[in-house]
Amino acid sequence: MLGSLEDAKVLAGGQSLVPLLNFRLARPAHLVDINRISSLDRIYEHDGGVAVQALARQADVEDSELVASVCPLLVLAVRLVAHRVIRNRGTVCGSLAHADPASELPAVLLALNGHVAVRSTRGARMIPAADFFKSVMETALTPDELLIEAWFPASTGKYAIAEESRRHGDFALAGGVRHGDRLALFGVAPTPVLADPKDPTRGLEPSGDLEATPEFRLHLVQVLCDRLFAA
Amino acid sequence: MRVNGTDHPAPADPRRLLSDHLRHDLGLTGTHVGCEHGVCGCCTVLFDGAPVRSCLMLAVQAEGHEVTTIEGLAAPGAPLHPVQQAFHECHGLQCGFCTPGFVMSVVGLLGQHPNPTPEQVDEGISGNLCRCTGYASIRRAVHRAAELSNK
Repeated sequence: MLGSLEDAKVLAGGQSLVPLLNFRLARPAHLVDINRISSLDRIYEHDGGVAVQALARQADVEDSELVASVCPLLVLAVRLVAHRVIRNRGTVCGSLAHADPASELPAVLLALNGHVAVRSTRGARMIPAADFFKSVMETALTPDELLIEAWFPASTGKYAIAEESRRHGDFALAGGVRHGDRLALFGVAPTPVLADPKDPTRGLEPSGDLEATPEFRLHLVQVLCDRLFAA
Repeated sequence: MRVNGTDHPAPADPRRLLSDHLRHDLGLTGTHVGCEHGVCGCCTVLFDGAPVRSCLMLAVQAEGHEVTTIEGLAAPGAPLHPVQQAFHECHGLQCGFCTPGFVMSVVGLLGQHPNPTPEQVDEGISGNLCRCTGYASIRRAVHRAAELSNK
């Protein structure tokens, strides 16, 4: 259907898309609801990491013993996504496809060097995190492709996530994810970005808004990085 | 879709939000609509037993599923649901606008954590906004609801 419909959006959990529809900020001609596709909600061990399919809810990932043992970083990150009632419906893959620059999960995928598997009637392909996020809410997905699953490598060694938001569950003003020596930042650029833990603000030009000035965001990046790499 | 134990056809208009369908088509106005973008929590209902925002779902998505609204917790004249009783006893409400959403979130919270810690209570109600009580009495109500439910 995605391949044949003009201007269609995929509806999974709807916790980002439906607010945009309610505000008339997005006006797609068609919605393709994937919620009735059976067997697309699995969370399973794959290639030493965890694969999370398109309809696996964030709450399922949060409660998954498998994710807790293989990729505990993902559990920590999911707990920072909105609130439990939102996570009951919201999906991990949906957060990735939505690609909000202030959201946690894209940065986690990038810090872990994971990838997404996408499919269309033309075939399947795998897109590494570093190539997937293109700009603000823009990804490498073509209009006819569906994000089938995301693969998160095991979080081994030292890992942590830290963010600053006005209230718990709000979008982060700035945040960072550490996996070993890798640092991925979110909320400070059009996409999640990798940064040098020794000089995390280099090259960053975060935007300013009512919540935070660019200078304040840079300050937060430094403080959060210090915290992430203190242990 | 099954709403509070009764089967209803899904609405003809696929663009209808579940919250609007409950209120305008089924007359279940206990589900309140505050922000319509998932922040305030007033429209929280149970979807197959788990709390969700009814303003962030299309009504047609509920076809084949079970929805419980605040009206479905206790029949008119019957004793209050333990969570309702606890909010009543502990003054967990003032104007009442946010209350249906809080109650449904707390029903979900106690399903997940029958004896929640103070941290789990705070986390469990953090997705609902109340502008009158200051939350202290709501927190007390959640602990009281756990007591009543476990009796």
